[in-house]
Amino acid sequence: MFKPIDSRAARQLPTVAIHIDGRAVRVAAGQPLATALLAEDALPLRYTAVSGAPRAPLCLMGVCFECLVEVDGRRNVQSCMVEVREGMQVRRLNGAPRAGGMV
Amino acid sequence: MSAYTHDLVIIGAGPAGMSAAVTARQQGLSVVVLDEQPRPGGQVYRDVTKASPAVARLLGPAYRYGNALARRYADSGAEVRPGSLVWDIAQDLTVTAQQANLSFSVRAPQLLIASGAMEHPSPLPGWTLPGVMNAGAAQIAMKTSASIPDGRAVLVGGGPLLLLVACQLLRAGGRIAGIVDTMPAGNRGAALPHLPAALGAPAMLAKGLGMLGTLWRAGVPVFRRAEDVRMEEADGSRRVGAVSFSSEGRRQRLDADVVLLHHGVVPNTQITRLLRVAHQWSDSQGCWHPAVDAWGETSLPGCRVAGDGAAIAGALAAEASGAIAALGAAVAVGRLETGKAATLAGPWRARLSRQSRIRPFLDALYRPPAWLIDCADDTLVCRCEEVTAGQVREMARLGCQGPNQTKFFSRCGMGPCQGRMCGLTVTQILARSVGRDPADVGAYRIRAPLKPVTLGSVAALAEPDRITLPPAG
Ligand SMILES: Cc1cc2nc3c(=O)[nH]c(=O)nc-3n(C[C@H](O)[C@H](O)[C@H](O)COP(=O)(O)OP(=O)(O)OC[C@H]3O[C@@H](n4cnc5c(N)ncnc54)[C@H](O)[C@@H]3O)c2cc1C
Ligand code: FES
Repeated sequence: MFKPIDSRAARQLPTVAIHIDGRAVRVAAGQPLATALLAEDALPLRYTAVSGAPRAPLCLMGVCFECLVEVDGRRNVQSCMVEVREGMQVRRLNGAPRAGGMV
Repeated sequence: MSAYTHDLVIIGAGPAGMSAAVTARQQGLSVVVLDEQPRPGGQVYRDVTKASPAVARLLGPAYRYGNALARRYADSGAEVRPGSLVWDIAQDLTVTAQQANLSFSVRAPQLLIASGAMEHPSPLPGWTLPGVMNAGAAQIAMKTSASIPDGRAVLVGGGPLLLLVACQLLRAGGRIAGIVDTMPAGNRGAALPHLPAALGAPAMLAKGLGMLGTLWRAGVPVFRRAEDVRMEEADGSRRVGAVSFSSEGRRQRLDADVVLLHHGVVPNTQITRLLRVAHQWSDSQGCWHPAVDAWGETSLPGCRVAGDGAAIAGALAAEASGAIAALGAAVAVGRLETGKAATLAGPWRARLSRQSRIRPFLDALYRPPAWLIDCADDTLVCRCEEVTAGQVREMARLGCQGPNQTKFFSRCGMGPCQGRMCGLTVTQILARSVGRDPADVGAYRIRAPLKPVTLGSVAALAEPDRITLPPAG
């Protein structure tokens, strides 16, 4: 759903390998996970607990919580607030239970 | 009550926070800056220290300006803790944050909240479909990952940031299928009386006209006075495929791969609400402001707010109000005389008043349309718990007087975003339904944690000495 502004320049940039639902992809290093997922077209990121509606990032700045995914076994991580890392294991939340993890 | 760790704690490393840190250090205060982001800059200068020259060029001089400020900030001697999410603040100003999944606390006699703004929610039918985003989000993607929407983008709403994002997308080679301008007909008339004052800020007016000219020359279709805007799903695709709306009496439909919504920016009051400081309702901007004095101090002594988190005035004003709040803090901790502080604040105040001249004009011109609040009953207001405008209205009929009651009855505002996306809408729908002022209807009560944190992270607070925090910077 997103593409590099300059694809030639993008090919020269350092990349990291991340795994989206087990599928390995190389993405530009130093970016938020959410923009990498948008560029990989890995949408929707999740389905809501209430009606099962598909969702994807809205704000990219940490306020809407629409970009929640599982990262390295941790649920409900805001993918717009973490950077991609080599070897990161990302799982989209299919029909996940209510966002928990609150104290 | 824990001991003081610093003279001043600053939350946020946008223009307000960075400028406050530089100023406070100049007065000899010990300063720590906590920011959730990995790099300084805030929303406006997001990743300015990292952006490639090509991206920085494309985003323009107003963006590149942030580099010099970020450099002064890095050299200021403030303790910088990037990647630190503040999730609780006690009334004694103990600030609890989480860095690398471990929580820690800092405390100072002076606290500056410079946590900035967010985009006004745009509750429209279909706004939860994948592919529908905020316009500011598209700008964040340009700044953080040099990427733009692939395919046809349609922008919906109004405001300077919408025009700026449209121009930046065009420069980046993006395809804009149309701008669906939701500014009501009456806004121009309402803005007119403020035009003379706005003429006192000719550079800003010229910038606005320049952006309109750019869009016109690029042949971007603009649909004025749009109403009844709906996002439609592309058949079976689980994402947006089109925007339909009426404009000047005609029903229109634009195919779209990405839809970008924008109805202005509003202070993000999550932290100030947590602290229960006094807030005022702004009718012209349709949002809450924490009430602050001339030195940025709130109703809670020692607690200050600067930048767009206090009132929307833009990046240059945020830098000024951050410096003024830092001078106020320096006086309060006894490092600066009042007279000297007034002298040092002078040039910053002059800049603030220059920057504010155009605001009443912009606020009136881009005031979000009333129909955004009087939306159809089936519009989702609370995206997390999927509560509709009709349900909120029904609860008002049944006697709910405020947002905390509707929350109790419907879970509206209780999802993971904690009401950030629905709070303003619910307050205004209730106000309309019960015939009272939004200021009387009030806002959600906000409780810690501001964002979910794990028990493991909290446990780290019990053994602070055993934690080795990742190196700052
Ligand atoms: C998406 C977006 C794009 C914008 N783009 C422009 C633009 O291009 N030009 C322009 O003139 N204006 C823009 N604005 C308006 C903008 O609000 C101001 O110009 C400027 O960013 C305000 O500066 P600030 O220092 O008050 O806040 P910000 O720059 O928003 O900085 C606030 C900082 O606080 C941090 N923070 C917030 N909450 C917490 C917490 N709980 N814990 C830790 N850290 C926290 C954030 O990570 C952020 O870095 C934009 C606004 C938004 C929302
Ligand atoms: S996209 Fe909004 S919180 Fe991540």
